Amino acid sequence: MLSLERFFGGLFLDGNKRVSTQTPIRDMPLSQRLMIPLVQRNGLEAHELLPIGSRVLKGTAIGGGSNPMDPWILAPTSGYLKAIEQYTLPHPSGLSGKTWVLEPDGLDEPIHLPALKHYHTLTTEALINRIEQAGITGLGGAAFPTAAKFKSPLNAIDTLIINGAECEPYITCDEALMKERPDLILQGAYIAAHLLKATQCLIALENDKYDAIGAVTTALNAHKNRTIELVKVPSIYPVGGEKQLIKTITGREVPSGGIPADIGILCINVGTCAAIARAVLCGEPLHSRIVTVTGQGVLNPQNVKVHFGTPLADVIAFCGGYTEKATQLILGGPMMGFSVSTDEIPIAHNVNTLLIAGSKEIRDREQPSSPCIRCGDCATVCPMQLTPQQMYWYVKSDQLDRAVDYHLSDCIECGSCDVVCPSHIPLTQFFRSGKTQLKLKEHGLQMAERARLRFEDRQVRLDASEREKAAALLQRKTKLEQGTNPEIQQAIERAKHKRAEKLKQVAPIPPQLNSGSED
Amino acid sequence: MKFALTTAPHLTPMKHLDELMRSVILALVPGITALVMAFGPGVLIQCVMAILTAVITEGVALRLRGRPILIRLKDYSAVLTGILLAISIPPLSPWWLIVFGTTISLIIGKHIYGGLGYNPFNPAMLGYAVLLIAFPKNMTAWVTPSELLSSIPSLQELIEIIFNPNLSHYDGLTTATPLDTTRTQLGMQRLLDDIHSQKIFAIIGGKGWQWANAGFLVGGLWLLKQRMISWPIPMSFLGALTFCSLMFHLSAPTVYPNPLFHLFTGGTMLGAFFIATDPVTAATTPKGRLIYGALIGVLVFVIRSLGGYPDGVAFAVLLMNLAAPTIDHYSQPRTYGHQK
Repeated sequence: MLSLERFFGGLFLDGNKRVSTQTPIRDMPLSQRLMIPLVQRNGLEAHELLPIGSRVLKGTAIGGGSNPMDPWILAPTSGYLKAIEQYTLPHPSGLSGKTWVLEPDGLDEPIHLPALKHYHTLTTEALINRIEQAGITGLGGAAFPTAAKFKSPLNAIDTLIINGAECEPYITCDEALMKERPDLILQGAYIAAHLLKATQCLIALENDKYDAIGAVTTALNAHKNRTIELVKVPSIYPVGGEKQLIKTITGREVPSGGIPADIGILCINVGTCAAIARAVLCGEPLHSRIVTVTGQGVLNPQNVKVHFGTPLADVIAFCGGYTEKATQLILGGPMMGFSVSTDEIPIAHNVNTLLIAGSKEIRDREQPSSPCIRCGDCATVCPMQLTPQQMYWYVKSDQLDRAVDYHLSDCIECGSCDVVCPSHIPLTQFFRSGKTQLKLKEHGLQMAERARLRFEDRQVRLDASEREKAAALLQRKTKLEQGTNPEIQQAIERAKHKRAEKLKQVAPIPPQLNSGSED
Repeated sequence: MKFALTTAPHLTPMKHLDELMRSVILALVPGITALVMAFGPGVLIQCVMAILTAVITEGVALRLRGRPILIRLKDYSAVLTGILLAISIPPLSPWWLIVFGTTISLIIGKHIYGGLGYNPFNPAMLGYAVLLIAFPKNMTAWVTPSELLSSIPSLQELIEIIFNPNLSHYDGLTTATPLDTTRTQLGMQRLLDDIHSQKIFAIIGGKGWQWANAGFLVGGLWLLKQRMISWPIPMSFLGALTFCSLMFHLSAPTVYPNPLFHLFTGGTMLGAFFIATDPVTAATTPKGRLIYGALIGVLVFVIRSLGGYPDGVAFAVLLMNLAAPTIDHYSQPRTYGHQK
């Protein structure tokens, strides 16, 4: 048994998880229209790879190619690409972007990807290739492309952590998956461990998820292969955060600005693990995800397996529709999720939860906040051991440099400080804004640097061409003056001679013609 | 369907400013009760006057500064300042003393700097220091413990004394505090045992004072349990005071009182749990709070033993208020993923 460390700070939160765990995961039937955004997580627009009207299969790449790191955007089912429209994105900005409208034909015919049952005989490249083809991106919430994650490690990975610690209130999609398909998760874990050549593979669960722990333990015993170890971590928010989980399990800390691979660790979500297993063992592209639909605002809270591109409105209708209490729609949990203004938004990889909250469930931001009384509660709960109160002071007064001295960039925006603040100051919002300003500033500096380089290059080019011109001119001049070419000299002599002859024979010529011939 | 947009986190807040302030006021009840039992209901009259003055002053100050009045009045911070000052001054002080002191606390101690959250000094202690320096005679005339009085004055008589301070029998009701007595008489080369055998002293502290301190200790522990205050400041304060007094007591027991005397006389417990813990003016980092509390403890001992004032809490707190930003600067925690 591993000895666990306690990460600094954190909160004991009321989970509100039983609301959505009373029924098994239900498969939602295909919607009439699926909306597949062509905007990648970094904000770049992907190219549409097919013309409008094309028939596609489940798993056909319909977008991508704008950046080699970005994943392919796949069709979640077979059907026809009807149109490209501007559609609201499942993103905190609330912006809309280029979106494929896919009309399913109901056949759900997949592209052919052979099952790779004997994956342990395959090379890392072949497996990563498959993960890329299957369009797998992280299903934990950040939606980072999994193939890119596996490709990037420069250091050898010694520990693979399968993250089943779902610490945010209300969210139960990972728990439901662990209860129902622990075998898939473990198979995915074996594949990932083999691919990374990790010496240790740990699956982390919160110690109060008894059913999930039971299911995973049974599955582990059935495998007889004991290379995967189950770790029960304390249920303290945000223990499921990558950095906090790594600290808890291994005692190591991810260096500031770095990634877990820097210290030989890689974390993947349990849902991603199951997707890897399906892609490798069954040749099935990632086309759906489990979504927790919960809150007082929905009639039948539950976990639903939904195709990507399904509009939120359809999902909510499938769960019995709205109740009278519904006041807010949040994508993600109540701590780190973002609210959206409409349900005309498609399900994407990052949408793990639809929290349809009643007014009593969520905070009223209309109330004005009070001044900071420097109680320091924010610092005692901050899992990154920051001093939010100081950062707030500096962000608020536009002293970003000072805020950076207090490690603003290390803030993970978990919202813990915000929830305990007795003055109800929207701290997280201040930090998000501060970080955005930093990014803009950095971007501005980069642009200025590029402009400077461009200007300098142009200057060098201009100077060079000036010099060339001057040199050529000089050369011509000297050539003429020196008169080195005897043929030209002879020709000039001849011409002079001829003109002298003519002058003798003919009467005086009008002066303007004379001067013309002289030239 | 259209939904309202708000910013994450969406979870309802766990703490409320007004609740925090109300809890602190509530936690003062055992200590105030002990004070009333020991020194009569004069304390309560002072409290009422302080609260009224505080609310009016706060309202006027907010009005002058063009700030919303009701929201700020409802956070109880002004009321708390008033009560803290009222229970720090002698219970039979004339009415204008507390009115003047509270006004100073709120105007000079708080609103001049920008109101709640922006004041560098503890407002109540700033008011106390001003009163002590401006009116030393009034501020050192504490009430004789009720059990030592031959006849206990009625409430009506108390009101008469407070609102008409020229009455002749006022002098008979007052005496120096145990701390003050100890200090002045040690200065006259008397021995500690001799001094502490006087009537105003009891087994561990002064008569009445030990119970008041016990009351504030109980209230303070309740606040700790409710997580309304955190342990580093009170514990390091009391720890440092105990350590200093113990060392000196062991080296010269006839001149330096034992630690228990220090802990249970004067404003020790009130200071440790209710005054030094004022978040606005204290250090905020975990390590900084330990340093801040410990230095207050040391200063309290030094001022009590070597200084010229009846108690050291107010000055110790004010001095450390000055040092708090510097302490914070040098005691930043190590952020995750950073080398120190």
